[in-house]
Amino acid sequence: MKITSLPIHFLAVISFLLCGSLVNAQEHSVAEANDEGPVNTQQEITDYTNHHLKDSHDFHLFSYQASDGERHSWGFSLPIILWASNGPVAFMSSEFHHDIDGEVVVEKGGSRFVNLHDKIYELEEGADSIVIGEDHHPENAHKPFDLSITKSVFGILLVGLLLLFWFGSLGKQYKKKNIPTGFGRALEPLVIYVRDEIARPNIGEHKYRKYMSFLLTVFFFIWVSNLLGMTPFGFNITGQIAVTVCLALFTFFIVQFSGNKDYWKHIFWMPDVPVIMKIILIPIEVLGMLTKPFSLLIRLFANITAGHVVVMGLIALMITLKAQFGAVGSTGLSLVLTLFISVIEILVAFLQAFIFTMLSALFIGMAVAEHDHHHEHDAEGHDIDDVEDVRESFV
Amino acid sequence: MYNLIGAGLIVIGGGIGLGQIGGKAMEGIARQPEAAGKIQTAMIIIGALLEGLAFGALILGK
Repeated sequence: MKITSLPIHFLAVISFLLCGSLVNAQEHSVAEANDEGPVNTQQEITDYTNHHLKDSHDFHLFSYQASDGERHSWGFSLPIILWASNGPVAFMSSEFHHDIDGEVVVEKGGSRFVNLHDKIYELEEGADSIVIGEDHHPENAHKPFDLSITKSVFGILLVGLLLLFWFGSLGKQYKKKNIPTGFGRALEPLVIYVRDEIARPNIGEHKYRKYMSFLLTVFFFIWVSNLLGMTPFGFNITGQIAVTVCLALFTFFIVQFSGNKDYWKHIFWMPDVPVIMKIILIPIEVLGMLTKPFSLLIRLFANITAGHVVVMGLIALMITLKAQFGAVGSTGLSLVLTLFISVIEILVAFLQAFIFTMLSALFIGMAVAEHDHHHEHDAEGHDIDDVEDVRESFV
Repeated sequence: MYNLIGAGLIVIGGGIGLGQIGGKAMEGIARQPEAAGKIQTAMIIIGALLEGLAFGALILGK
């Protein structure tokens, strides 16, 4: 009874939220700024791709230029929450009318705000419009403390809610029966997979349980975020370097705080090498401590960014090749190539989640490994193994 | 201009590395098909490490 009523509540909340946003879905028309002939298509495609890769304050689904030269944009807005110099301010991003060039000034709570390249700036006293200096930074404005629900923040909250709902209901089912039903039946093998293929072999049979919650959370967060990036809403959560830095910091601190005596010994006083080598090895090992999370964050960020750029570029083929292949030919070519890359991206979405979790488990395993204990065992085991090998080769 | 040449060099290096990893893994699987699962996992890990290096260089070069 309880299990069946929960999803309905959850769906009701989600649909209510979506409806609330969709009511805000609206059409805006901003007069085209430059009336000097046709727009540079190449430049526009580059701008569009760069805009997609960055975080933004609204969902921009599509825009088109009407016959009267006006620009129409479709999308829905998100709340902007700021702590400006005159206290907290909150308003919807629709008040900027999709402007990201700092032209539309919004006056709220005694302060004036502009949206310059998806960053909100607060104008100084007495300023009417933003002035950009020689170094491409605004001269008469500063950034207020920004707590806005941007596109990526919305995506992270959505992924969090989804995971909470999926795994909450999966966990509850184990109280009553041993085999989950419904969607949990698809999730259970994945949890088992993370446990048996990632955590157990890398961390060790005795210690893996403590780190399972972190590994599972990271795995499913990255995977669902990556898959959300393949939807047409233009999410790019794991392509934000701030998100991947945060994830890598989690791994970094977990590794440092669970590192045992041997781990620190191998960094600051490497056993079984001459003293001079010990001193030379200290900076190298400390650097290695830092490059591990760095490579984690760069790998995830670069993979997702590269994937999105390739998909955007292939979609843009239908515009750039229109002159050579005609409308139908270029669209068909773009469709086939985009489909092909999208299928690969779905594989990459899983692979990156797997790699991040796998390497995190590997680093944790290196930090908690019992070195001396292992060495003795290996030494003993080796002798017996060798004898067996010799015997086998004789037989 | 120079960063484009650098990007090309990075891709050449990464390609050679990935080719080595893939080729050796194929050889290993052909010799011992029963160890295919373990070889694949190790191959993916090494591939990811190499990829991290190449992407790091590409991003720093940009």
